[in-house]
Amino acid sequence: MATKGPVPEIDDPMTDPRTGEYAVIAPGHTFKSVTQKIAGIVLTSNTPVAWMGGLFLAASVAMGVVIAVTWLVLKGVGIWGITIPGAWGFAIINFVWWIGIGHAGTLISAILLLFKQTWRNSINRFAEAMTIFAVVCAGMFPLLHIGRPWLGYWLLPYPNSMNVWPQFRSPLAWDVFAVSTYATISVVFWYIGMVPDLGTLRDRAKLPLAKYIYGILSLGWRGSTRHWIRYESASLLLAGLSTPLVLSVHTTISFDFAVAAMAGWHTTIFPPYFVAGAVYSGFAMVLTLAIPIRKFYHLEDLVTLRHLDNMAKVMLATGSIVAYGYGMEVFMSWYSASHWEFFMMWNRMFGPMGWAYWILILTNIAIPLTTLWSRKLRVNVGYLFFLSFVVNIGMWFERFVIVVTSLYRDYLPSSWGTYRATKWDYMLFIGTWGLFTTLFLLFARLAPMIPMSEIRMMLPQTKVRPGGAKADVVVEEAL
Amino acid sequence: MPPREGVYGLLAEFNTPSELVHATEMAHRAGYRRMECYTPYPVEQAAEALRFHKTRVPLLCLLGGLCGLTTGALLEIWVNVWGYPLNIRAMPLFSWPAFVVPAYEMTILFAGLSAAFGMIALNGLPQLYHPLFNAPNFASGATTDKFFLCLESNDPRFEPAAARAFLEQFAPVSVVEVDH
Repeated sequence: MATKGPVPEIDDPMTDPRTGEYAVIAPGHTFKSVTQKIAGIVLTSNTPVAWMGGLFLAASVAMGVVIAVTWLVLKGVGIWGITIPGAWGFAIINFVWWIGIGHAGTLISAILLLFKQTWRNSINRFAEAMTIFAVVCAGMFPLLHIGRPWLGYWLLPYPNSMNVWPQFRSPLAWDVFAVSTYATISVVFWYIGMVPDLGTLRDRAKLPLAKYIYGILSLGWRGSTRHWIRYESASLLLAGLSTPLVLSVHTTISFDFAVAAMAGWHTTIFPPYFVAGAVYSGFAMVLTLAIPIRKFYHLEDLVTLRHLDNMAKVMLATGSIVAYGYGMEVFMSWYSASHWEFFMMWNRMFGPMGWAYWILILTNIAIPLTTLWSRKLRVNVGYLFFLSFVVNIGMWFERFVIVVTSLYRDYLPSSWGTYRATKWDYMLFIGTWGLFTTLFLLFARLAPMIPMSEIRMMLPQTKVRPGGAKADVVVEEAL
Repeated sequence: MPPREGVYGLLAEFNTPSELVHATEMAHRAGYRRMECYTPYPVEQAAEALRFHKTRVPLLCLLGGLCGLTTGALLEIWVNVWGYPLNIRAMPLFSWPAFVVPAYEMTILFAGLSAAFGMIALNGLPQLYHPLFNAPNFASGATTDKFFLCLESNDPRFEPAAARAFLEQFAPVSVVEVDH
């Protein structure tokens, strides 16, 4: 991703004097210094007070999940705002929103690996962690939405005394397979990627208990070359498999809507536009997480402005696809000459819930897609942090608009209703933010947030010179 | 299996990947075959020097994927055609386009798990004990910033004094004898 444009200050050590591009890793690092820096975050004996406070706060918010789910189990889904015709409310909106956020993690770990975008290495691990925690939050919603979550295993095909089986012509049955495969493969990919780094933690840990736990988790990794080659092969294969997987998951989720004969849902543009929207919101969430982390743990050397710039560019690209999707929806509702489609779009824009549509246009299109063209703003950390929230609000409203405004005024005016979320809907949704943050804070403290072995591979010292030259000068052509 | 005793091998420590690759290449030319490099990140040139090219991970992944595809497809066909036939929108019982997504997901699931666990199994992991962990400089270096070459004692050419002399000529940081 080469950038043209005004070259920033030439004497800035973080930029390449020839291209003006920000460095992926600050100069002057060695294998040891990056290892110490990243492992030190985990192995330090003094836990930062701010981390403790953050965990306390996040865990308190996560209590919302406990309370809301308890009450839900006692009373049933009637405590939510779902009614007929608006039978899909917050649960489905939040499910799609969370799982979309997760998709950026897989995109970074898999697709950017296949495209040999080595800058991804620094943000890869915590983006994958973000994926897993987002899938945890997402998976909860459909399970609770079925009404009796303790019977959730009925979704799976297994021989049972009732003699019933899933109906595989329904996208909802496809979803079970897509989401559970996605969750499993994401966890495996994340863990396999972490094994060599867990070996490093085992070798550097001072505390016997930490040594023991990391020792078991690292499976006895010892960095053997034959192991590395198989490991690289498996990583590449997992990346190759995750790439179509991540596309298929959000495609399948869009089928949940698109296969239904409902005005506003029944369109062929849904799969690509859902996938692009997922990546858009996911990169926003990576920024939401990466910006405070690099500041708090002083990781500016490893997560540089280059990463933020590149992520902002991905957001610009995917945001534009999303904007195209919105435009096409409006166009098709007119061009299809379908009375129902036309009314749905008019109602979406100017009906009682029209405000949601205009919030969506403002936060997803108007603010990001006008400002992200500016390189100055793309490397402005404060602005990107602000924008990441704007986009995630926008993407939540996108799902709100799709789910609610299509459903509440369907074909038969006599069955029209409205949708109003209850306090339990809000409590569960806000609770999942707490759950997500809690899991992420625990991950940041207990596991290596940045893949050390992959960062080492990006250093200029990795260059192998024939004849075993001893001098290891940092050569300028590297990186 | 009786506990193995004696010398596992000679472990040479290097500071740079270039030295390691050079020493490994020379060791291979000198006829050593049972040897292994240990590095903090994958060094492809070291694998070339060891003449280690082929892994069976892709094959396992392929077999796993085919197995998943078959399982998924047969499951859906059996369930919707014989096990529990339902008339949905007058679609044929064997409506294969609808079966694509779950069969595809099962393919990915099985292939991914085969690649990951196949890699671990082929690597002989988990193996929490290894003689090399006895070497005083191994743990602090192999997963951080040092590059190791180990000539193993079960190589027919291995003879402690000669192997040590051979390794010394590449000016390693140290050459350590590792016990089982």
